[in-house]
Amino acid sequence: MTDSSSVLFDVPGPKARRRAQVLTVVGGLVILALVALAVMRLAERGQFDAELWSPWINPTDENFAQVWRLVGEGLLATVIAAALAIALSLVVGIAVGVTRMMFTPILRIPVVAFIELFRGLPVVITIVYVWRAIVETEVPIDWLPGDDALWYLVIGLTLYNSVIIAEILRAGVASLPRGQREAGLAIGMTPWQTMRSIQLPQAFRTMLPALVSQLVVILKDTSLVAVIGLGYRELLDRGNQIAQFLDNPIQSLFIVGAIYVVINYTLSRIAIWLERRLSRASSSADEPEAEPAAAGA
Amino acid sequence: MGPVIDNLDLYWSGFLQSLEFILWCLVGSLLVGTVMAAFRVSPVPSLRALAVAYVNVFRNTPLTIVLFFMAFGLPELGINQSYFFFAALGLILYTGAFVCEALRSGVNAVPAGQAEAARALGLTFTQSMRQVILPQAFRSAIPPLGSVQIAMFKNSAVAGAFGIGGDLYSVGKTLTSARGYDYVPVLTGVAIGYLIITLTAAALLTLLERKVAIVR
Amino acid sequence: MRLNRLKAGAAAAGLALALTACGSDSGSDVEVASDTDFPAGSTMAEIADAGTMTVGTKFDQPGFGLANLEDVPEGFDVEVAKIIAGAMGIAPEDIEWTETPSDIREQVIEDGDVDMVVATYTINDERKQRITFAGPYYTAGQQLMVASDNDTITGPDDLASNPDAKVCSVTGSTPADQIKEYLTSDDQLVLFDVYEKCADALSTGQVDVVTTDNVILLGLSSEADGEFKLVGEQFTEEPYGIGIAKGDTEFCEFINTTLQENEDAYNEAWASTAGEVEGTEAPTLPEPDECV
Repeated sequence: MTDSSSVLFDVPGPKARRRAQVLTVVGGLVILALVALAVMRLAERGQFDAELWSPWINPTDENFAQVWRLVGEGLLATVIAAALAIALSLVVGIAVGVTRMMFTPILRIPVVAFIELFRGLPVVITIVYVWRAIVETEVPIDWLPGDDALWYLVIGLTLYNSVIIAEILRAGVASLPRGQREAGLAIGMTPWQTMRSIQLPQAFRTMLPALVSQLVVILKDTSLVAVIGLGYRELLDRGNQIAQFLDNPIQSLFIVGAIYVVINYTLSRIAIWLERRLSRASSSADEPEAEPAAAGA
Repeated sequence: MGPVIDNLDLYWSGFLQSLEFILWCLVGSLLVGTVMAAFRVSPVPSLRALAVAYVNVFRNTPLTIVLFFMAFGLPELGINQSYFFFAALGLILYTGAFVCEALRSGVNAVPAGQAEAARALGLTFTQSMRQVILPQAFRSAIPPLGSVQIAMFKNSAVAGAFGIGGDLYSVGKTLTSARGYDYVPVLTGVAIGYLIITLTAAALLTLLERKVAIVR
Repeated sequence: MRLNRLKAGAAAAGLALALTACGSDSGSDVEVASDTDFPAGSTMAEIADAGTMTVGTKFDQPGFGLANLEDVPEGFDVEVAKIIAGAMGIAPEDIEWTETPSDIREQVIEDGDVDMVVATYTINDERKQRITFAGPYYTAGQQLMVASDNDTITGPDDLASNPDAKVCSVTGSTPADQIKEYLTSDDQLVLFDVYEKCADALSTGQVDVVTTDNVILLGLSSEADGEFKLVGEQFTEEPYGIGIAKGDTEFCEFINTTLQENEDAYNEAWASTAGEVEGTEAPTLPEPDECV
């Protein structure tokens, strides 16, 4: 990122550097003052009272162990739902994306309809539909491990995110140089073989950042089940329960929110690391000259 | 479909309310996202740091938690506004982080020669951003920006739980719980409302993409 | 899933009965019938044979049904459910509690996910189309709560003359629907998922009025150390019923009789839960409606 921004401006001279420093100091002071004001207001409203925070931070508090046990359970439930939804979304997303690209225009119609439908529906509504559809058509899901509500959530998230992943892959394939496909066909591969062994692997690599940020979206969206109240006790639902019982919503949701940020931030860092590794591997292996133009971007 | 037809007026007002909300958030998130994207590539290190922090916080927090802190955190600070304002602010800040990232990828896609030419002509950073880089960045960022905004339209359904009332999703919720209607028909009405908005937007977006696409 | 567990329980009926008989001495003061005899094929017989039942209640309603940190709900609704379960030989620890927020109550009854719903559930005709109500077991009344220093709003009729006043209630609740006729426009209404959020909003001045059934308001105001006060008369009657599968009149009548035979337990249930809030009046068990 920083290497590309250096293209946008000259190396700052002494004057510009001084200006930047002044701006930083003044801006920093303004932000500090705002934070101080906010802290004062919150203190005035009693939001720093020990009794509101102690179940979260004081190990001797009677509720401390319970609170963190619930958070642990909620976190586990969130991770399970997210992992299942991510795995399913990738599988279904690849299938949908590939069929959309490989089918003839007529056969493509149902696939496009599927994509447009689930791309346009709010995820909350999709999840509720899945719940109703499964219950009313009496599709047996008992054989699946875990709560029924877990599967309503996972299937709902999969329907939405597989569509997005399919579109990301399509964009990735479209961004490849035409010669890639043509070369595959020229050496006698079928279109399916070309897709599988030439186009998809490259599309995956170019689209990796977009794919990983979609995974972060999936993880965050598991919390939507709490808005519906289907009774899957994931992290946000546990946070709400604790906030309700201890009557400290600001404190409880602050900590729960921080947990989400840490997890998702870690995920994004892993993504960036992966991206670097892959692009390094690819640029050393082939076309050393063509790469910078695309990656310098 | 009985409940939908019987309550068509409720659905209509819910649709309008959701539409108004979405339009505010569209404009707001584009503004915030653009400013933050400019910060993110600016020569001033502190502005870059600010933008990075902003993006990391808002992109990694579930929307429900962002909205909660708008609706209940800000009043604790003595800021009293309508819940429409708070919810819109929450969704704008949340979406703005994604807009910022989409634009940054757009800025990165502008060939380096463009920026170099702008500098060679003696344009300042602000000038080259405004007249050379951002117009091109917007164009190549249109597909991801479009997806971000369509995701925002749908996320607006969550905002209904934070005091707005009367939006499309809340209408559905009122009909199912207080009036005891069946879920499926009520929700189908809500779903149709959102599909009208999102599918229209998607169609417009395709048109726009064709019109401004840069052929390289 | 849950249904399967019920069926599995039914298979081991004899064993289950023996277990409940032993497990009844749990320190809870609810009476658990030891030998029950219900007509074959009735819901009561099924539940008694299974030795366990599933009850839907609120997990976020202080005084009526609020989940503690062990996931066990506490409150008046919960105690009422325990009385009914006890009459079928089900000890409190054999009840499986399920959270039923307002908008899914009819649905889980229709789906057969729960045996009954006791969840501040107002009896009304629209709901009766889909389920059957036993009871009422309590009659609440809607009232208004304002900040202690608010003198402009003294009753629901003042809401129309103060069009800037914001009224807070819970999305999809009956009070939220009923207050609408007192408002000049829907813009006056602010809706959240739980009443605590309304209380928070009232405390920060975001809204001017919170409205719902008066016991709930009393609970909120008692937590706020005199920051809020209740104003005006109760302007509606909200009979709370127990939701069961549509047309199960046998079970409905059983519930009604059970409540009438256990008035002491009923009074005790109130006193130990919602009745602990200052200012609440102990209810007398209302006459049950006809079971249809």
